[in-house]
Amino acid sequence: MNESDVNTQAPLDGKEISEERRAFLRSCALAASTLLFVGQGEAAEAPYNPREHNYAMGVDVDRCIGCGRCVEACKAENDVPREPFYFRTWVERYMVNVRGETVVDSPQGGIAGFPTAASEKGMLRTFFVPKLCNQCANPPCVQVCPVGATFSTEDGVVLVDSDYCIGCRYCIQACPYGARYLDPRTHTADKCTFCYHRVVKSLLPACVEVCPTGARVFGDLRQRSSPLARFTRLTKIQALKPHLNTEPKVYYANLDGEVR
Amino acid sequence: MPQQLTRLLIVFVALIGGLVAARHYLLPRTLGEKGHYRAAVLDAIAARPVRYAGREACAVCHADVAEIHGKARHQTVSCEVCHGPAAAHTEAPTEHKLPAPRERGYCPLCHGYDPSRPTGFPQIDPVAHNPLKPCISCHNPHQPEPPHVPEECRACHGQIARMKAVSPHVLLPCTRCHNTPVQHKITPRAALPDKPRTREFCGGCHAQGASGPKEVPRIHVHTHGGRYLCWQCHYPHQPELQE
Amino acid sequence: MGPLEEVLRQVVGFVYPNEVELHWGLLIVVYPYVTGLVAGAFILASLVRVFNVRELHPTYRLSLLTALAYLIVAPLPLLTHLGHPERSFEIFITPNLNSAMAMFGFVYAWYLMVVLLLEIWFDYRKDLVLWSQHERRLRRWLHRALTLGATDLSPRALHFDQSAGRFITIIGIPSAFLLHGYVGFIFGSVKANPWWSSVLMPIVFLFSAIVSGIALLLVLYLLGTLLRSKPVDMICMDKLAMFLFYALVLDFSLELLDFIHRLYEAEESIHILSELVSGRLFLSLVVLQALLGTLLPLLLLGLLSPALRSRGLVTLPDELRRLLYVGSAVLIQIGIFSTRWNVVIGGQLFSKSLRGLTVYKMQLLGPEGLFVASLLLLLPLLLLLVLIAVLPPWPEAEEHPAAA
Repeated sequence: MNESDVNTQAPLDGKEISEERRAFLRSCALAASTLLFVGQGEAAEAPYNPREHNYAMGVDVDRCIGCGRCVEACKAENDVPREPFYFRTWVERYMVNVRGETVVDSPQGGIAGFPTAASEKGMLRTFFVPKLCNQCANPPCVQVCPVGATFSTEDGVVLVDSDYCIGCRYCIQACPYGARYLDPRTHTADKCTFCYHRVVKSLLPACVEVCPTGARVFGDLRQRSSPLARFTRLTKIQALKPHLNTEPKVYYANLDGEVR
Repeated sequence: MPQQLTRLLIVFVALIGGLVAARHYLLPRTLGEKGHYRAAVLDAIAARPVRYAGREACAVCHADVAEIHGKARHQTVSCEVCHGPAAAHTEAPTEHKLPAPRERGYCPLCHGYDPSRPTGFPQIDPVAHNPLKPCISCHNPHQPEPPHVPEECRACHGQIARMKAVSPHVLLPCTRCHNTPVQHKITPRAALPDKPRTREFCGGCHAQGASGPKEVPRIHVHTHGGRYLCWQCHYPHQPELQE
Repeated sequence: MGPLEEVLRQVVGFVYPNEVELHWGLLIVVYPYVTGLVAGAFILASLVRVFNVRELHPTYRLSLLTALAYLIVAPLPLLTHLGHPERSFEIFITPNLNSAMAMFGFVYAWYLMVVLLLEIWFDYRKDLVLWSQHERRLRRWLHRALTLGATDLSPRALHFDQSAGRFITIIGIPSAFLLHGYVGFIFGSVKANPWWSSVLMPIVFLFSAIVSGIALLLVLYLLGTLLRSKPVDMICMDKLAMFLFYALVLDFSLELLDFIHRLYEAEESIHILSELVSGRLFLSLVVLQALLGTLLPLLLLGLLSPALRSRGLVTLPDELRRLLYVGSAVLIQIGIFSTRWNVVIGGQLFSKSLRGLTVYKMQLLGPEGLFVASLLLLLPLLLLLVLIAVLPPWPEAEEHPAAA
């Protein structure tokens, strides 16, 4: 830079802008624009803040076809033991006949579908109901854990700390929905986690991902626009066993009164 | 202080002191940060391996298939429903190839007829429907629209059709009562058939003065059943419903 | 076929898939039975110490030792049952204050350290000092150590022993109630289970505990006396039988109340529970608990009660009366064990969907098996023998030779 360049700048208040000041101003402008540019990129990768979320799920009973893909995907995603005594999610079939008698079954939790179709003869209503942990807002399982190994997170998911659980099985007794089991390999309690390891990465739980008819709807109650918001707005919602006041966060649409 | 008490006090103080020290040593560091649990476990749980990649991940490389699939009947069916967990495949595509079910036994898992499935969900009889041929010989899984639209309603509404077939209404075609737009066979939920709305409609056959065979039961259209409309008592697909 | 596959085959109706496996088995039946005996034995001791029922004095020290023997064994079925017993210390360092089960560590420690051990210590202290003066070697060393160095035998010190013992027994009564009552609350507070969820549960547990404790001491006292070839104090036995009878009447009334209440209200669960009681639980509930364990002893003890004997309506020689008392006591033990079984196992035999029943396959071997449970039930008696050897509860042990 030489003298002639400096002199072509319009002076402020009749004074000449010094070389150092100009260089400083230039570097400020550069820094500001860089921050603006880079800042955009960093904001997109802000750390996950659980307080901004409150996860819940909707289930439309009228859409479930009992294919059992959800049960299979859950076991694959979460390393659940394959024997038919340990389920994080399962599908039940209800068959109500014209005399009002109800028969319910869930062969192997529905993991291979329902191989024997129901009989049409004398059948009044028959349908499938997917079940899973209701991630209650007032969870009886958390209330009874003696050591604090199961807990509610700030984003509305009930989890189990399998390194802290002593395996007393009180939580399994306290769950009214049969959602919990004891993992025979770790001897600790286990249950559906809403695929927590997926949702914190903005993925969907495995069961929701693979449901072919969209019977399962996953969402964030803190989000005003979402498929779950639409679901809870447009359908009549029921929860399982409301009289127990566990405040379940799995909302069933078109739930039949025979479902327990 | 009595001698007993001093001795006991020594024992108790030693015991409690030991317990307090043990607690200090054993208490997990992150307990109490967010609640009565070890906050450190949240990271451990969040770090579990992901096995299903999600359909958005498939679209990145298989955009052409995703485009067709996204407009077709199976658009609600995720890629991984049929192709299995794909996270490993997204990491190393050539080492972890995904299976594609081609055998006939696979599709009936969803589409085999089952009365417990919702009415109108496309179902077939796996034994009778084009026997021995693989499903994919007529249906492209990514665009499974049947090679020609179903001729009859019974293709999707089998239960209703079977019930009507053993009822007095057996000779009535479905379209006699339900105006069905052609579009219904292509995008069913977007173009629904209608249903009769008036007593006079049923009265077309069942009113006292209606033309037709005398075996058809006749009633006073305006007074029969009082305040109720015909279908509030009589199920039209099986009007005299027996077990 | 694995045990669970076998269970699955025998499921009737519909149970949630995770309910096929029963989670609380034989060991969790043993635990309330054992703590019930602790509470019952202690209540018996308190009848002597606080309520001054002098006729029962011969059983006083024996009750305390029995309570201690069973208390030491009490955590063992729990530890054996846990998936991770090595983490059990977590109940002490991070108890969840909302959980009834978390109370276990503290109630147990309190009861052991502050109530039972202290009461025994204060009662035996004088004898420990005197014994250690005349014994040799191991016994001398042991008794000296147990005195904790408090060897003052002045009248003031002895008076302090008496008052302290009395005071501890007074606070011991609610502590004993708490020790066993909280177990009843653990079950009674589970709203998910209609068989367990009841306000009466802690109270029924407690009264059946008192019944079982008195019955046990009746048998142990008799055994202890006969084995030492000493005459049996029939006044003591009659008094024991009387208290046993009254406690049994109370216990029966409470259980009958629960039963009638359930039938009358007929909530939704009544169908599956009726099926449960008339099917899977018929033997253990109707036969063992109700008929053999409650009604028959009530009849026997009622016939032998002072009201009828004093009017000369029933006259029986002492030996026969004793035999009938022991027979009743044994039946009662079977009945109370069945009660625990019916609560714990019964509550898990039906599905929370109220639509089905599963089965409990009791194993023979393995940590939850019959052998281990039998061992755990035998162990307190063996421990009691050791305690009796170290701290003899018999009257002759309190006669000390004149000081040298």
